[in-house]
Amino acid sequence: MDGLQSSVLEFRSSTFFAPVLVLYSNDMHAIALHLQEKIASAPDFFKSSPVLFDLTELNEHGQEIDVAALIALLRQSGLCPVGIRGGNDAQARLALASSIPVDSGRSSGSARLELSNAPAAMPEIQAMVVKEVSHAPAMLVTQPVRSGQRIYAGGDLVILSQVSAGAEIMAEGNIHVYNTLRGRALAGVQGNTAARLFCLDLQAELVSIAGVYKTSEDLKASIKKKPLQVYLQDQALIVEELN
Amino acid sequence: MARIIVVTSGKGGVGKTTTSAAIAMGLAKRGHKTAVIDFDVGLRNLDLIMGCERRVVYDFVNVINGEANLNQALIRDKNCNQLYILPASQTRDKDALTLEGVGRVLEELSKDFKYIVCDSPAGIEKGANLAMYYADDAFVVTNPEVSSVRDSDRMLGILASKSRRAELRMDPIKEFLLLTRYDPSRVESGEMLSLEDVQEILSLHLLGIIPESKSVLNASNAGIPVILDEKSDAGQAYADVVARYLGEKRPHRFVENKKGFLRKLFGGK
Ligand SMILES: Nc1ncnc2c1ncn2[C@@H]1O[C@H](COP(=O)(O)OP(=O)(O)OP(=O)(O)O)[C@@H](O)[C@H]1O
Ligand SMILES: [Mg+2]
Repeated sequence: MDGLQSSVLEFRSSTFFAPVLVLYSNDMHAIALHLQEKIASAPDFFKSSPVLFDLTELNEHGQEIDVAALIALLRQSGLCPVGIRGGNDAQARLALASSIPVDSGRSSGSARLELSNAPAAMPEIQAMVVKEVSHAPAMLVTQPVRSGQRIYAGGDLVILSQVSAGAEIMAEGNIHVYNTLRGRALAGVQGNTAARLFCLDLQAELVSIAGVYKTSEDLKASIKKKPLQVYLQDQALIVEELN
Repeated sequence: MARIIVVTSGKGGVGKTTTSAAIAMGLAKRGHKTAVIDFDVGLRNLDLIMGCERRVVYDFVNVINGEANLNQALIRDKNCNQLYILPASQTRDKDALTLEGVGRVLEELSKDFKYIVCDSPAGIEKGANLAMYYADDAFVVTNPEVSSVRDSDRMLGILASKSRRAELRMDPIKEFLLLTRYDPSRVESGEMLSLEDVQEILSLHLLGIIPESKSVLNASNAGIPVILDEKSDAGQAYADVVARYLGEKRPHRFVENKKGFLRKLFGGK
C-alpha cells in the first residue's frame, strides 16, 4: 500500500521564475494602459506568463488599491498572477480569496530601494547582493540550447555553445554566453540589479537584467558579432562593447 | 545490436520519407541488413515510395498489439534482399503507438538487423517523439528556408532532452544535418537560405546536400527509392550521404550553381 501511494505523486523542491510587477500607481485605468503597452512590446514573452505583483510602493505612500480588480485586470491581459508581495493583511486576504498566495519577498526589492536612497553605500550593497546570489555554484552548459528549451540557473550561468532563437536562458546571477545568443536571456531574475550579461555575439530576441529588458527591436544590428556586456545603470539597460 | 536511425525534421513535407527510403536502400545495398519503419500512422507513405503498397497485410500497429508477429508484418524489398519494410497502418490513429510497444518491436528487430531506419511523421508531438525516442543517430532533414530551419532547431532540442539516451544520461544522440531540396540558383537569387546561413543557425555535422530534382518525383511515382537511379543527381547525393555515414570521406557536391560557375568563369553577367 505504502509503495503504491508513493508512486502516485511526489513533492520536489524547485525554483520557479516569475517577473515581478511593481505598482507605483493605484489608477486602474493607467495600469491597464501601461500594461498593454508593455505586453505589446514583447507579446511572446508575456503570453500566459506567471507574474507576481508587488504593492510595497503603494502601501508606503498610503495608496489603496482594489486587489480583486487588479487580479482581474492581470488575467484579462493574458498574465497569470501567482503571488502578491508587500500587501497588508486585508490585501493578502483578498488575494488568497482568489487563490493567490502571499510571497514574503526577498531582500532584492529592498536592496534596490537602499541603492537609490543611499548612493554612497552602493558598492557595499552591490557586493552584498552578489554574495547573496553566488552561494549557488555556477551552472555550465556545453550543449547548444535549442529553440523551445529553457535553462534556469540559481547562480551564474555559463554557456559555451550557441543559444538558438526561441530558447530561453535565465539566471539569478550573471550570464556568460561564449557564442552567439539568439534567444531570450534574463539575468538577475530574482531582482539582482548588479547582475550582468556577457556574450560574444548578441542577436537576442530579448535581454533582461532584474526585469528591465530590451527586445530585438531596441537592439541595434551594429552590435552583432562583437563581444559585449549588458548591465543596469540607473534603471536603464546599457549595452556596451567589451574591449 | 542494431543502430537505430531516426529521420526527423519537425516541419512536414521536407523529404523525410524520401530520405528514409533512400538511405535504407543505400545501407542495404552495401550488404547491411536494414529495416525501415513507417511511424506516420494514419498517412502511410513509405510503402508507396518503396513500391510495396500492394503487399501490405499486417502493419506496425498489428505487431505492437500482438495481432501479428514481426515476420508476418515485415515486407522484403523487391530490389534488395537485405532490406525490409515495416509499414504503417492507414486505418488507425496516432494513439495506437505506445512507447513501450515501440520499444519492444525495436528490441526484437535489433537482434536480427544491423540498421533500423525510423521514418518520423511531421510535427513535434507524440508521433515524432516516439520515432526519435530510441534513436542512436538522427538525420535532421531540413529545407533551406527559415521555418524549416527553426523547426529543425526545435527538434534538436527535443532530441537532446526527451530521448531515451538523454533520460538515461547515456552519450547523446548523434545528430547529422541533411539539407534537402537545395536549389543553388534560388539561393543565389536570395529566395532560399544558403548552406552557410543554415549552418550558422544549426551548426551541425553536415552529412549531405540533396539537390531539388525531378528524379525524386519520378522515383516515387515508380515506387523505387531514388538512390537506385544512379544517374540522377539526387540519387548520387544520397549515395554520398550513405558513404559518409559509414565513415568514407567524400567532398560535398551540388552546392554550386553550375550556370553561376560558368558565368563566373567567363566573367559574364
Ligand atoms: N530533393 C527533392 N527534389 C524534389 N522534390 C523532392 C525532394 N525531396 C522531396 N521531394 C518532394 O517533396 C514532397 C515531400 O517529400 P516527403 O514525402 O519525402 O516528405 P516528408 O518530410 O516525409 O513529408 P511528411 O512530413 O508529410 O511525412 C514529395 O512530393 C517529394 O517528391
Ligand atoms: Mg513522410
